[in-house]
Amino acid sequence: MTFSPELEKRIEKLLASYPSNRRKSALIPMLMYAQDETGYVTRELVEEVARRIGIPPVQVDEVVTFYTMLWRKPRGKYHVQVCTNISCLLTGGEELYEHTCKKLGLGHRETAADGVFSLEEVECMGACSWAPAVQINYDFYHHVTPEKLDQLIDDLKKVH
Amino acid sequence: MLYNEPSPLETRVLTRRFSLPNSASIDTALANGGYQQFLKACGMTQEQIIDEVKASNLRGRGGAGFPTGMKWGFLPRQSPKPKYIVVNGDESEPGTCKDRVLIENDPHLLIEGILIAAQAVGAKAGYVYIRGEYRYLIDIMEKAIDEAYAKGWLGKNIQGRGVDFDLYTHTGAGAYECGEESALLESLEGKRGQPRIRPPFPAVAGLYQCPTVLNNVETFCAVPSILEMGGKAWADLGIPKAGGTKLTCLTGHVNKCGVYELPLGFPVEKMINEVGGGIRGGRKMKAFIPGGSSCPVLKGDEAWPLTMDYDAMAKAGTMLGSGGVVIMDETTDMVKAALRIMHFYAHESCGWCIPCREGTTWLKKILTRLDRGVGTTRDIDLAGDLAKNMLGRTFCPLGDAAALPTISIVEKFRDEFEAKLRKVQVAVPAFPDSPLVVMQ
Amino acid sequence: MVNLTINGIAVQAPPGTLVIDAAKKAGIEIPAFCYYEGYSLQAACRMCLVEVEKMPKLQTACTLPVGEGMVVRTEAAAVVKARKTTLEFLLTNHPLDCPVCDKGGECELQDMVFRYGAGESRFTELKHHVDEKQWSPVVFYDAPRCILCYRCVRVCDEGMGVGALGVVNRGVLSEIAPSHGDHLECDECGACIDICPVGALTSGTYRYQTRPWEMQHVGTTCTFCADGCKTTLGIRNEKIVRGNNRDQSGINGEFLCVKGRYAFDFQEHPGRLTAPLMRINGKLEEVSWSKALAAVAAKFSEVKSRGGQFGVIGSTKTSNEENFFLQKFARQGLGTANIDHRRSGDIVTLIDALAGKTDALGSVQDAYLMKASLVVGTDLAQEHPLLAFQLRANFRHHDSHTYTVAAGPVREDSYSVAQVRAAAGEEMAGVESLRDRLAKEPELLVLFGASVKGEALRKLVAFVGSLGIAKVKYICLMDYSNSRGAMDMGLLPDLGPGYKPVSAAGLALPDMMASTGLDVLWIVGANPLARHELKSTGAFVVVQEMFLTETAARADVVLPASSAYEKGGTVTSGTGEVQRLHSAAKTMGAKPDLEIMGLIAKEMKLNLGIWANANVFEEIRREVRGYNIPLPTIATGQAVQTSPLNGRVAVASRPDLIQPAGNTLFTSGSLGKYSKKLTSVMEYPGALYKPQY
Ligand SMILES: Cc1cc2nc3c(=O)[nH]c(=O)nc-3n(C[C@H](O)[C@H](O)[C@H](O)COP(=O)(O)O)c2cc1C
Ligand code: SF4
Ligand code: SF4
Ligand code: SF4
Ligand code: FES
Ligand code: FES
Repeated sequence: MTFSPELEKRIEKLLASYPSNRRKSALIPMLMYAQDETGYVTRELVEEVARRIGIPPVQVDEVVTFYTMLWRKPRGKYHVQVCTNISCLLTGGEELYEHTCKKLGLGHRETAADGVFSLEEVECMGACSWAPAVQINYDFYHHVTPEKLDQLIDDLKKVH
Repeated sequence: MLYNEPSPLETRVLTRRFSLPNSASIDTALANGGYQQFLKACGMTQEQIIDEVKASNLRGRGGAGFPTGMKWGFLPRQSPKPKYIVVNGDESEPGTCKDRVLIENDPHLLIEGILIAAQAVGAKAGYVYIRGEYRYLIDIMEKAIDEAYAKGWLGKNIQGRGVDFDLYTHTGAGAYECGEESALLESLEGKRGQPRIRPPFPAVAGLYQCPTVLNNVETFCAVPSILEMGGKAWADLGIPKAGGTKLTCLTGHVNKCGVYELPLGFPVEKMINEVGGGIRGGRKMKAFIPGGSSCPVLKGDEAWPLTMDYDAMAKAGTMLGSGGVVIMDETTDMVKAALRIMHFYAHESCGWCIPCREGTTWLKKILTRLDRGVGTTRDIDLAGDLAKNMLGRTFCPLGDAAALPTISIVEKFRDEFEAKLRKVQVAVPAFPDSPLVVMQ
Repeated sequence: MVNLTINGIAVQAPPGTLVIDAAKKAGIEIPAFCYYEGYSLQAACRMCLVEVEKMPKLQTACTLPVGEGMVVRTEAAAVVKARKTTLEFLLTNHPLDCPVCDKGGECELQDMVFRYGAGESRFTELKHHVDEKQWSPVVFYDAPRCILCYRCVRVCDEGMGVGALGVVNRGVLSEIAPSHGDHLECDECGACIDICPVGALTSGTYRYQTRPWEMQHVGTTCTFCADGCKTTLGIRNEKIVRGNNRDQSGINGEFLCVKGRYAFDFQEHPGRLTAPLMRINGKLEEVSWSKALAAVAAKFSEVKSRGGQFGVIGSTKTSNEENFFLQKFARQGLGTANIDHRRSGDIVTLIDALAGKTDALGSVQDAYLMKASLVVGTDLAQEHPLLAFQLRANFRHHDSHTYTVAAGPVREDSYSVAQVRAAAGEEMAGVESLRDRLAKEPELLVLFGASVKGEALRKLVAFVGSLGIAKVKYICLMDYSNSRGAMDMGLLPDLGPGYKPVSAAGLALPDMMASTGLDVLWIVGANPLARHELKSTGAFVVVQEMFLTETAARADVVLPASSAYEKGGTVTSGTGEVQRLHSAAKTMGAKPDLEIMGLIAKEMKLNLGIWANANVFEEIRREVRGYNIPLPTIATGQAVQTSPLNGRVAVASRPDLIQPAGNTLFTSGSLGKYSKKLTSVMEYPGALYKPQY
């Protein structure tokens, strides 16, 4: 499996961050950064990462299935994450999530057929004081109202 | 970047440089006292540094509140194995968003704190574990680390003091349990975020089974100011037995939600009404969570007279926790709140031990029904009873964290559960299945 | 010693003992799912919670070391309640399909709920369900039944050194997963199935065959490799339906490999011979036993009386009694010295080189206990799975040092203190390179493969002897269940029973095959024609066999033999441990080799003594050096190590003839091919399993 030169550089740096007999430490970051490039964790990626680190594939599976940010099916180009945890719940997070479902025509951890958007109802993402919060890919949006969300999504649709 | 206006009532010690332009850059830090306390530490013995931290009464800011100086003292002085510093930047406790503010606005303060800790225990390398969702913070942190290397504040022979220290970032990937220290270490070793049997504690056998200092981001950030002011003076910022300041996240139904640096022992009433600008819409406060969703919930009336410190909260039957204050006004549906909290723990239970793995999901199913008004009063009792059956019997504190809010909500707001049962809101099958984590 | 009280009983235990073990010693049972002696601690099931005075919370007895003055209560009200509620939690997503579960009746969860559980469940929600999965021909996994005790994961990783199992998903969706996404590439040893307390892991051979209580259990010795594991065969309606090590009382403790556990099915292979065959008009045809025996006896008598040439080839899988009787038949009954078998280890040279020493032959137990081991010229985990398991356990529990000198890579590399690569036959230089490190060891167990033989072996013994190590023992690795016994019993042309030289040496196996002058070739349980051409084209060939092998196909008379699982007697493992065989099943028409030989002798009117196992074994005890062993011990299913080290062996018996079969975990010479289970394992994706070390 070939990665971009940037990713290769990143991986090299990663592997150098841990003692040489502790390469497995690089597993989760390697999957995260690789996933940014491949979109999700394919079977091929599992085998590749296992090979690079020198562990059996099951040890990669153990990790991939544990962490919610590692996806085993395609996500949208824009992955919309709406928090409904307690602080967001109190400030309209649930309504916002339901609104987003309708807006995108998607449910929890679903990806649109055209691959542009995917949606996820997420747990607290550390934006509680500026709730309700939304993350699109890695970008945070605070104090999000349904109107603001519509705007955001429409803008992304245009860019796309 | 600041996401809320500072309050004049704050005591800005850790957040001192936040309002400066380019506060995250090393130049700003260096021009404003950055790294000077590390140089001071280089002239101190390990005992002196640890004693100063002990004198400050600094208690861990990650939630458990363990005295930091004492923790550092547990590391063996002599060790054939290398020692490590690990920073807990997993910040996933619902209601908590303070570590994010610290790293975003002043990463060099964190690096300085780490360097001082390294001096105190003789560590040569460290990792900043940051939750995966905070990717932009990893970028900020890495930039800061690069700057520090470039200017000789990290790496070999730092500032000619004969001190070596390497620092790396490490990303999480979405798992609340990785905030628990031993699970974090597992995760850092490339494994599932499942906790370890303790003892041994990280101070003795932490990362790679080596002696490890593991603290919260804010804990490390407090250290430079402790050396600067002296432990005693720093302690006096707070109250006896709870030294210094704490970043407090006001969330929920207050007018001015935000992260504020308040001295320990700050009155709840003043915090809500003056710092937070009062309850939204001038309503009454129905419920109060002092520090993240893992704390037992207080009724509004119970909370008003309290102060924000460890002992006062313990006396009231709850905990100071992580600093994530959740304020719920009288419009809040407590059954729904209980359900949402349990939904979280069921989603985040690592699955290692039976009571938490099965208990959280069972409770989630019962609370789902109760929230929809389906069930009997026996189900209310059952929910309380099951939560008690988890309490104190799980492998790690996540089980308690799931049980405590449920127990307190069921006890204190039982009338709301009963009221819901009386008016069935949604027609649902008698026993709705609610598969919870849809992880593909 | 630490003093504590458990339920009011004063208990003493060495420091570091876990409360759960201290309690067990005192006769107090603390329930446990995840705790399993010898494997890493998990503290996951929370069944072992106990009340300890001065400790605020209930403590897990499986992780808590005893403390001076500790006061433990295992039946306090809080403890009883905790157990009950934990079981209630556990059962919420358990399917409770006990009526159709293989484990029903021997399930730890059933027992636990029976003893500690609540009578009713308060769980009224829907249970989480996932379908059962097949991971390999032998391993099936039913996630809903799984209680996540992680025993399987640990036994595979720590015990087997394979690490093929993991845990996937999290929270209530957690389950066990196989090495390669949807299937296993592993040893297929079934240890995971065996250790599973519930019916979550089930075996392809046994599942849905029977209810456990309908079986009878026969403990016998595995007939495959030379490690000599005890295997308990479960019999239902006279059919073997299961192999395991139920009472863990054998030298193998909890261990069994794929062969010992699953390859018993050769016994009911449709190719089993059930009637004697005779070549009539050039074709093998079924005849009666009396006709076949009469023909053999007549031929033997005729050839003997005219002073013709006999060749006799014995087996590495038949019993000591059979081998002893065979050589006696050959030497005394037929008057020939042409007797041999396929040799796979130079025990002859070893015994000679160690002459004068006592207690220098290693046992299976030594592999677990000795402080250091040197493994030379073998892929131990493939060829000797039990010994490899013992070495791993030794490392895990005692931090023992292992040195490997092999063509490698081998599984032992992962925990060895030194890994030296050396081609077969050139191991000595590698061993010598370890001189300084080996010399520092207080004890050393040397395990060597077939490439170390003759002079090379003498050199090895001399070298190790020169290191000044206080205690040294050797294990000469051999191929099959009675390879060692065949040597001990004197299935050799130049050495009789107990390595006594014979007056005139006969032909060795290859020489017999190459000879053009044989009149009779008698083969008992071997398949030499698979590798050799029989040059005596006119020889009358008599074969005692289970199957129509290459050799049987050339025979003039084939006498159907019982398998090792259908008869009694004893076998001697590679480490010299003598153990009993017990008959577990029957194949109609076949007879044990001893009986066949006895009947031929009777037909020939030879007096070779009573051909009953007990009588022959008495003779072995008298005649064969090292075999004067206590009968009651082996009669009760235990092993006794023979000690043949009491003098030099006068003849160096052709080390050049030592040829290892090179079996892997999934092969076992001709016999292995008749096990459908072994074959299916080879054909599964797991056949791609190239051990990755
Ligand atoms: C379930 C669970 C989640 C936790 N999450 C966090 C977290 O996100 N951040 C944190 O700093 N500590 C968290 N902790 C506390 C840590 O285990 C640990 O006590 C802390 O990081 C120690 O640092 P401190 O002494 O500086 O607080 C968590 C604990 C538990 C049991
Ligand atoms: S209490 Fe048990 S299942 Fe829950 S998170 Fe801790 S170890 Fe995992
Ligand atoms: S059969 Fe043996 S090697 Fe295969 S997974 Fe089970 S324990 Fe591991
Ligand atoms: S499959 Fe069996 S042994 Fe493995 S974790 Fe599940 S219950 Fe335990
Ligand atoms: S509760 Fe939504 S970000 Fe914390
Ligand atoms: S036996 Fe102690 S927790 Fe499982």
